[in-house]
Amino acid sequence: MKVNVMKHNPSGLFKKLSLAGAAFMLAGTFALSPAMAAGGEPGPEIKRQDWSFNGFNGKYNKAQLQRGFGVYKEVCSACHGLKLLSYRNLAQKGGPEFSKEQALAIAKEATVIDGVDDSGDPKERPGKLSDRFQSPFKNEAEARSANNGAYPPDFSVLAKARTIHRHVPWYTEPYYWAYDIVTAYEEKGSDYIYALLTGYGTAPNGVTLGDGMSYNKVFAGHQIAMAAPLTEDAVEYTDGTPTTVEQHAKDVTAFMAWASEPHLNARKDLGKRVQIYLLILALLLFLAKRSVWSRVKH
Amino acid sequence: MSEHSSSYKPSNAFTRWMDERLPIIRLVYDSFGVFPTPRNLNYLWTFGGILTFCLLVQIVTGIVIAMHFVAHGDHAFASVEHLMRDVNWGDLIRYTHAVGASMFFFAAYVHIFRGLYYGSYKSPREILWILGVIILLMMIITAFMGYSLVWGQMSFWAVTVITNLFTAIPIVGESITQWIWGGYSVGDPTLNRLFSLHYLFPFIIAALVGLHIWALHVVGSNNPTGVEVKTKEDTLSFFPYFVIKDGFMVIMFALLFSWFVFYAPNYLGHSDNYIEANPLQTPPHIVPEWYFLPFYAILRAIPDKLFGVIAMVLAIVVLFVIPWLDTSKIKSVKYRPMFKPFFWLFVITCLALGYLGAKAPEGYYLLASRLFTAYYFIHFLVVMPVVGLIEKPKALPDSITESVTGKSSPEETAKEGAQS
Repeated sequence: MKVNVMKHNPSGLFKKLSLAGAAFMLAGTFALSPAMAAGGEPGPEIKRQDWSFNGFNGKYNKAQLQRGFGVYKEVCSACHGLKLLSYRNLAQKGGPEFSKEQALAIAKEATVIDGVDDSGDPKERPGKLSDRFQSPFKNEAEARSANNGAYPPDFSVLAKARTIHRHVPWYTEPYYWAYDIVTAYEEKGSDYIYALLTGYGTAPNGVTLGDGMSYNKVFAGHQIAMAAPLTEDAVEYTDGTPTTVEQHAKDVTAFMAWASEPHLNARKDLGKRVQIYLLILALLLFLAKRSVWSRVKH
Repeated sequence: MSEHSSSYKPSNAFTRWMDERLPIIRLVYDSFGVFPTPRNLNYLWTFGGILTFCLLVQIVTGIVIAMHFVAHGDHAFASVEHLMRDVNWGDLIRYTHAVGASMFFFAAYVHIFRGLYYGSYKSPREILWILGVIILLMMIITAFMGYSLVWGQMSFWAVTVITNLFTAIPIVGESITQWIWGGYSVGDPTLNRLFSLHYLFPFIIAALVGLHIWALHVVGSNNPTGVEVKTKEDTLSFFPYFVIKDGFMVIMFALLFSWFVFYAPNYLGHSDNYIEANPLQTPPHIVPEWYFLPFYAILRAIPDKLFGVIAMVLAIVVLFVIPWLDTSKIKSVKYRPMFKPFFWLFVITCLALGYLGAKAPEGYYLLASRLFTAYYFIHFLVVMPVVGLIEKPKALPDSITESVTGKSSPEETAKEGAQS
């Protein structure tokens, strides 16, 4: 170990590590995303999708989020909750941007328990904009009993609670860390969900599925309790978008990404303003620094 | 520098009145105005200022987050999400705090390796260095407690793993662990005390930073040559020269910081921490945040639990005694040809341990963890004392001024100074 390093003479290396170089290099080398570390069963490589909200400039596509909500409502919401969101969020800027009336109509379809009546029984009323999304099951036990023992996860932050694992040689990992930082790759969870939704198929020969289980090439262990949820033309689109399984999966995944990160548009917008301000300030400070230091030899 | 004469002259009636009662303007003037600083400092010396910036960012964002956080197992996770969704710019406040922890450690590690390279821990700066190590220790504890408050899966299980380490203590281990938990497992009482202490510790860190700066101002900054300041020509006043240089670098740092906050806020985190804590379900891989991975690798490299914990603690404790482990009188590694490759080997060791800390401890990964853990300690306990004794250092410049101007005669330097 020692010998190797001594042969490779590192003198002068340190000088090169100046400033931003040092900052970025070290950020790259130190920024071990522990997520990538987890080994587990190597599934298929999950491709990076071309999301409208990808990278440092990406934003949600309003029409896609509306379609995605349609898929959620028609298909997913039978089993999956969205408990951290309120109905009003559907009308808020940077989201599906339904009109207030549309959002209210959606809210009214839900039944909300609000307080008790005079005899002490729970009182029901239709939902309001300020209500949280009502979950399809009262509790985990009910959810499990209705789903063959499996617990359908809530969608509120699911797109951030999943990730992908690259299968690359260890010495190329630092390259991918740096690449992911520079390209602001935050959509690993969305890529995983899309791959899962389109990853159903028939089990290969020799694989016996458990009772009520489906084969999915992406899911860990390849046996998933959720039957393939999306079929062609499952949900009607009014904007002429093709109603393929892939399109349904893409739209609902985009909707889930928004649900888990509802202020992404505003955040990225503000980011640009802040960074332009910082760049100008840095330039001014650099010029001021150069002018001050030109008085002395250094 | 160590003489405590002050050149401050109050310029008007108010400042004279003030100076006789509380000479705070004099303190600021002496410490951050005319304070003589070696003229040859490179950009790595700006990380002290950057770290002060980091601490301030963490305290300010943290106080705001505490206004919305609920320290209860049933509500902590949802209260964080409430901040992210329903509080104006709450997502940015929380992301700045979360990314800020990573940025803080990144800057601290650069600062520490700068100190190691230029021998900033050597006489007369031992106390300055030791205060720095205490700050690092406090940062580690504070960051760990802060991460746990999110009460996601990784938070919960990190607390479980780390608090369980105390059970390794013979005889009293179990009692201590239950005392820390406030019960028989990690739960609400644990979360509450973590929150309480997470709020307290940053202010202790701030006080320690005060001492760190005080100690710095007694002995003065080290510099890239490691040659101490000899004449006034060797120094420049802190204002404007170093204020502007530090200021520029703080903004450059803020640019890097803002890239993560605005465009990749979850990149440095773990996706499992967006799953609410579930005491009945252990995640397949429990890994700490990136800045703890080298220590985690050391912990797991040792097959015995108790000795693993001891090794992990020693990895930091050993830093306290390096002023006395390093036998070389030469500060800067620049002038230490034999030690230099060992320094870089140590840097590689720390990076490698960081990489290995994120891997499952098995096969070649485990073997590599053990080799690098061994070198981590060999570096301090063997290489530092031995190389210092047998090494023949390169010739040092006579003074800082000579290293900058290439001239050694004081007359010439004086002329140079008069011209500029």
